[in-house]
Amino acid sequence: MGVRVQAEPFDFGAEAAAFGRGLPDVGAIVTFSGIVRADGGAMSEMVIEHYPGMTERALGAIRAEAIARFGLAEALVIHRFGPMRPGDQIMMVATAARHRADAFAAAEFLMDYLKSRAPFWKKETRPDGTDWVAARDEDEAALRRW
Amino acid sequence: MTTIEVLYFAWLRERIGAGRERIETAAPDVRALVAQLSAMDDRHAAAFADLAAVRVALDQDLADLDAPLAGVREVAFFPPMTGG
Repeated sequence: MGVRVQAEPFDFGAEAAAFGRGLPDVGAIVTFSGIVRADGGAMSEMVIEHYPGMTERALGAIRAEAIARFGLAEALVIHRFGPMRPGDQIMMVATAARHRADAFAAAEFLMDYLKSRAPFWKKETRPDGTDWVAARDEDEAALRRW
Repeated sequence: MTTIEVLYFAWLRERIGAGRERIETAAPDVRALVAQLSAMDDRHAAAFADLAAVRVALDQDLADLDAPLAGVREVAFFPPMTGG
């Protein structure tokens, strides 16, 4: 539980169900999953590189910050690395709180931070070749709202 | 002089042609280390040509280019992160 960084696929439904068990004072669970987009068929393969060690450490720190800031009962982050195809699940977060506002906000906080502060890099294969995905200014700007 | 592990990820790794190397350095901060690495050969120079596109972590914590290297054993260079 907590943070998992793995190459293999995960079962989103099973993870969400397991996450929700044994949390008696929780009134709200929010889950999010990120999926590889085909971009109209233009994107055929994605490979995610990461920095073993730092990845777990960064995700652990972001998760701990989310728990403290939003008073969560529990939080889960799963993120994959390696080769993936359109439709595959890349990652998921789950947050559990007494009320929904904190659970929703914490899930957004986790996503905003892990997009720009956890050491993952996406490389995409398209008809014109293979290249690294550039970070977007909006992703960096999204951190300023927290 | 101290020996540090220097790691590269994503396009920095590809431009340099290696994911890690051991470097002897007396650089006091990251910027000085980058100058030393850039002077090694054309590959390193190309990888560090645009420092605005380079991020750094010291012993697996994000840092900035002016951070001191005293006591640091592992320095990683990589582009802005694109997870999620």
